[in-house]
Amino acid sequence: MSSSSPSAAVEAAGLAKRYGRAWALRGIDLSIRPGEAVALLGPNGSGKSTLLRILATATRPTHGEVRVFGFPIRTDGDAVRRRVGLLSDRPPLYDELTALENLAFAAAMYGLPVRDDGLRAALATVGLPRVADARVRTFSQGMAQRLALARATLQSPDLVLLDEPYNALDVEGLRLVDQLLARVRAAGKTAILATHHIAKGLAQCDRVIALSGGRVTFDGPTARFAASPAADEAGAWA
Amino acid sequence: MGVSNARHEWRRVWAVARKDLLIERRAKAAFNAMAFFAGLVLLTFGFALGPDVPAGESRQGTLLQELAPGLLWVTILFAGVLAVDRSFQLELERGGFDALRLYPGDRKALYVGKLIANVTIMLVMEILICPLAGVLYSLDLWPRLPGLAGVAILTTTGFAAMGTFYAALTANLRARQLLPVILAAVKATDLVMHGDPMGQLGSWVKLLAAADVLFLTTCLLVFEYVLEE
Repeated sequence: MSSSSPSAAVEAAGLAKRYGRAWALRGIDLSIRPGEAVALLGPNGSGKSTLLRILATATRPTHGEVRVFGFPIRTDGDAVRRRVGLLSDRPPLYDELTALENLAFAAAMYGLPVRDDGLRAALATVGLPRVADARVRTFSQGMAQRLALARATLQSPDLVLLDEPYNALDVEGLRLVDQLLARVRAAGKTAILATHHIAKGLAQCDRVIALSGGRVTFDGPTARFAASPAADEAGAWA
Repeated sequence: MGVSNARHEWRRVWAVARKDLLIERRAKAAFNAMAFFAGLVLLTFGFALGPDVPAGESRQGTLLQELAPGLLWVTILFAGVLAVDRSFQLELERGGFDALRLYPGDRKALYVGKLIANVTIMLVMEILICPLAGVLYSLDLWPRLPGLAGVAILTTTGFAAMGTFYAALTANLRARQLLPVILAAVKATDLVMHGDPMGQLGSWVKLLAAADVLFLTTCLLVFEYVLEE
């Protein structure tokens, strides 16, 4: 199945995911327009990471239909993978490779040109130009998170999925994530930001989807979230 | 598949193989474990069977020389299990397995890249182990080097083809599926080392080559599904 001009970046209908006997997601229906920045809020175990992993084709839904830019994830996973960049909560980096080698490997796997200057420029955007040739095992958690950020956006994906990108970052790192999101939005790309940082999520996105127990408890503009019952619940877990 | 696409996939194959070999060269995690295990097993067999115990009536030389092909391959292949397991273990350590699955393109490239790295690591280990076995078991390997190298390359490829596949599927030991390869490897090595008066070597080499083709083809066809949950 191909996609000519999809009206939605993400479309999900009746989406559900079960791990063993536990339901991580149930009855999720949503539509995200191209260019939207969505904050995905919810406590631990609410299904945020599972939803992002399904959209990235890292895991298959148990029930329901999901399309990314019109491509069904079940049957056209490769087309989806070409358009999606995922920053997961566990940065997929190789400790024994340098920062530059990690990016070069990702570039080769994405079919991008592996040019030293281009990769160094990508490292500069996340504030790591001076440690390009240092092995990742010498990095702090925050530095690894920055490198993972550079890796996730290396191929300029149309849909950027960020799972707790603010974790382990210092003030400068937090600012870099904000800048990256601003660049994504300015380029007209779509972003979904799963985070515990409610204030950050609300500041960076124009729409909030709140999850609790695998179900959507709020879906609407950021401005309306504060007055919703989901915001009260969020106050308890944030 | 167009020429450009094929070139792109081979670039990905090379990227995976180079990455795995670079990590192994620096960390030596698999190699150290393999070398330690192989050295220990060769020494243990050497002491257990004794260097001077004569072989059976139908053979010349010592019992160790008689059993050397089997002992050598048991050592190499069990040490090889450590290498192929390690190849996917390093992906699991920091979420890299997910990342590998999320790269666009043909997933066979991941399999072939890891296979090339595993074969290379095992062959390097064999280059070190064989002279050690030669010294410990008083084997004159030099004149038989071309034959042994051929058997080693075929056997290692077949073993790594199945081993890499099963390492992606599960961390469990995979000895039963590899039994035909082990038997053929032992028999072929025995014939190379002790002579082949009945002209049986060709049959065993053909069996090894057939196993390589069968394992490689099967693994390439089903590897994509192995990566799915």
